[in-house]
Amino acid sequence: MAINLEIPKKLEQLVEQAHMVAAEVLRPISRKYDLAEHEYPKELDMLAAMIDGLDEGGASSGAGAAGVSRASGNGDGGNRNGSNLASVLTIIEMCWGDVGLLLSMPRQGLGNSAIAAVADDEQKERFAGKWAAMAITEPEAGSDSAAIRTTAVLDGDDYVLNGEKIYVTAGERADLVVVWASLDPEQGRAAIKSFVVERSNPGLKLDRLEHKLGIRASDTAAFILDDCRVPKKNLLGDAEIDTKKSFAGAMRTFDNTRPLVAAMAVGLTRASIERTTELLADAGVTVDPDVPAGRQSAAAAELLAMEADYEAARLLTMEAAWMADNGKPNSLHASYAKAKAGRTCVDVALRCVALTGAAGLGEDELLEKWARDAKILDIFEGTQNIQLLIIARQLLGLTSAELK
Amino acid sequence: MNLAEQGTSVGLRALSRLASSDLLDRVGLREVTERLVHRGTRNGFRAANAAGRRFASAQKLAGPARQKRGKRPDLFDLEPSDEQKMMIEAFGDFAATKLRPVAQQADADCAAPADVLDQSAELGIAVLGVPEELGGAVEERSAVTSALITEALAGGDMGLGFAALAPAAVSTALGLWGDADQQATYLPAFSGEDVPAAALAVQEPGVLFDPFDLDTTARADGDGFVIDGLKSLVPRAADAELFVVAAAVDDDGPALFIVEAGSEGLAVQPEPAIGLRAATTARLRLDAVRVPAGARLGDGDSYRDCIRLGRIAWSAMTLGTAQGALDFLIPYVNERKAFGEPISHRQAVAFNMSDLAIEIEGTRLATYRAASLADQGRDFSRAAAVARRLAATYGMKVGSDAVGLLGGHGYVKEYPVERWYRDLRAAGVIEGGLLV
Repeated sequence: MAINLEIPKKLEQLVEQAHMVAAEVLRPISRKYDLAEHEYPKELDMLAAMIDGLDEGGASSGAGAAGVSRASGNGDGGNRNGSNLASVLTIIEMCWGDVGLLLSMPRQGLGNSAIAAVADDEQKERFAGKWAAMAITEPEAGSDSAAIRTTAVLDGDDYVLNGEKIYVTAGERADLVVVWASLDPEQGRAAIKSFVVERSNPGLKLDRLEHKLGIRASDTAAFILDDCRVPKKNLLGDAEIDTKKSFAGAMRTFDNTRPLVAAMAVGLTRASIERTTELLADAGVTVDPDVPAGRQSAAAAELLAMEADYEAARLLTMEAAWMADNGKPNSLHASYAKAKAGRTCVDVALRCVALTGAAGLGEDELLEKWARDAKILDIFEGTQNIQLLIIARQLLGLTSAELK
Repeated sequence: MNLAEQGTSVGLRALSRLASSDLLDRVGLREVTERLVHRGTRNGFRAANAAGRRFASAQKLAGPARQKRGKRPDLFDLEPSDEQKMMIEAFGDFAATKLRPVAQQADADCAAPADVLDQSAELGIAVLGVPEELGGAVEERSAVTSALITEALAGGDMGLGFAALAPAAVSTALGLWGDADQQATYLPAFSGEDVPAAALAVQEPGVLFDPFDLDTTARADGDGFVIDGLKSLVPRAADAELFVVAAAVDDDGPALFIVEAGSEGLAVQPEPAIGLRAATTARLRLDAVRVPAGARLGDGDSYRDCIRLGRIAWSAMTLGTAQGALDFLIPYVNERKAFGEPISHRQAVAFNMSDLAIEIEGTRLATYRAASLADQGRDFSRAAAVARRLAATYGMKVGSDAVGLLGGHGYVKEYPVERWYRDLRAAGVIEGGLLV
């Protein structure tokens, strides 16, 4: 067929629905839960039930955290617009509504994506319908996830986990927490495995909830794992320590989830640009895309520049998802999307605040909130610098020993 | 879809034309021995009378011929068609083996070698936008295909790409907007053996130039128009036999006019610039040039499309050159050693490379999207502006950073990088000259 970068017809309705939900459900409570940090957004329960219904009815086109497993090549060689593309498009709309609330959406956690990506069929069935958070970061290991110190020791039919995990999104509210731990810290990254831990497990102790710059509607938990016993069958993936591929398997989750986080950034970027465009229009500034920027007001030229970067970020995100749908290796492009969308959303959100003056700073508008929410999107699921590192290694064909 | 169906929908004729050309066999075999010297004098305008032929309508057309519009695709798709892939490969080979090796000299000479221009014409560049019944090669209108070819050629050299593509801008304009008489008079020449040099002249020398607010005017006078004005950075103007010129019509906004070389009052003056020198850019002065009423090409809507399609073309040019620069930089930073190891092992260098790769890919997608929207007959004004803005910003960044990454090597002409630095300045400035 032909090169086409528009939202496919078959997903138009889904995108429209997501946008309506964002406008009618998320936006009206956006400020409320920004002010009431740590309060559970009960409005989301109804919404989550509705999304489950859509999933069962097939109307969601597989969109959502659990829908982003990779296509294993496509037999007919035809072009696919599948669950990865559906997911990024709906997340863009939802995060146009509110990023923090999207992150609090029951059963749409990053742990759900991890389970979808690496769990076997039995596990998938056992964990179906559960809300799964993801626990990777530790006080001494953030971006360097191979350096995590949490240990998992086999004892009979259980693994016993010990360690400390921080920055667990939706950690308090989720049903499950996917915990990264090492079978043998001496063996480095190859020994790192992920374990599904029931939130009710007495060995998984909630230490605190963070107070944050933004995305306050989403709770960010810190846990202590204290002789936390997890059934052997809850280990995701291969239990063997294979120095060749184990860690790569764990990292593969990110190829699927980075486009989702990029999509969050794209949605927030659009929200900021749209509102700023409206406020500037009230002030008499409109953009004419045909007229050279130098002939328009500085504010209009800035809008045009922001829109260009927004569009690049949006298309890179769609590209990464489309590649996953079609079984094309997308690690490089997932990082393109995450890097571009992350930095664009911070840049744009801050510039929008600056462009709109007191309106941008004040709490009457959501612009200041978006400027605070934005920064996390350039940090979690791989910081800007980590994305640049991943891209450079692939682009230049360098190992992690050569390019540190 | 079987081969025959594919052929009718996407233009098997274009491919067979490529395949039947013995040029491909000769690529790499024929030495480029001839170079043109910069033939314009630098002191003053001279008459633009490179009229090698008389344009006359050989056949009477019942109505204008148009390439078919593709139907709107259902799915998001970044995969070029098989035909597009073959064209990318063919034009990419041509760019790498015929353009890149002579680019440095052409830049110094301010002229493209004649055989390079002949060969590019032989590849059918100028007939991509020509309807089939008038000798064109592609049944279906495809700005995307043109963008892909533009990108591929610019990967060899931007200045030579500009020179090679200049006639295609005129033939594409005639194919898209020409009436029956205009098409019958001018288009056959572009599908013949001897493709005329031709140029689409929009740019003007004024600071803050806006193509929708032209200084060049076309005044209705009797049964025609009188055009006055000055056009800037017109490619191959001294050799051009035909121009399409943008001028503001009294109270009717900007429009396009067909102006033949040799018209009374038409003069050319060389205008070498920082980059794109191989395209022998020049100023074109129109001093009370009289054209018949039938010289007006298209209407206000087509003028807007012309400007937008030109911007997409320049984004594609930028893209090709920027990708060529990135492809050059990768082995360079991996091989160049400092402090005992390749400079690519340093994050300051490696992360800069990552930034360039990200922005080039973003610009690529935005460019393809704008071209694809144009093919679908949908509003592409904003998409074209976005593509242009990205190309302007990041094209310049690629040029500047590339020199920086090479350091002193980037500043000397032993390497192509200083030329890219200069050529990529054009990306966000030039209007017209090209169309996809």
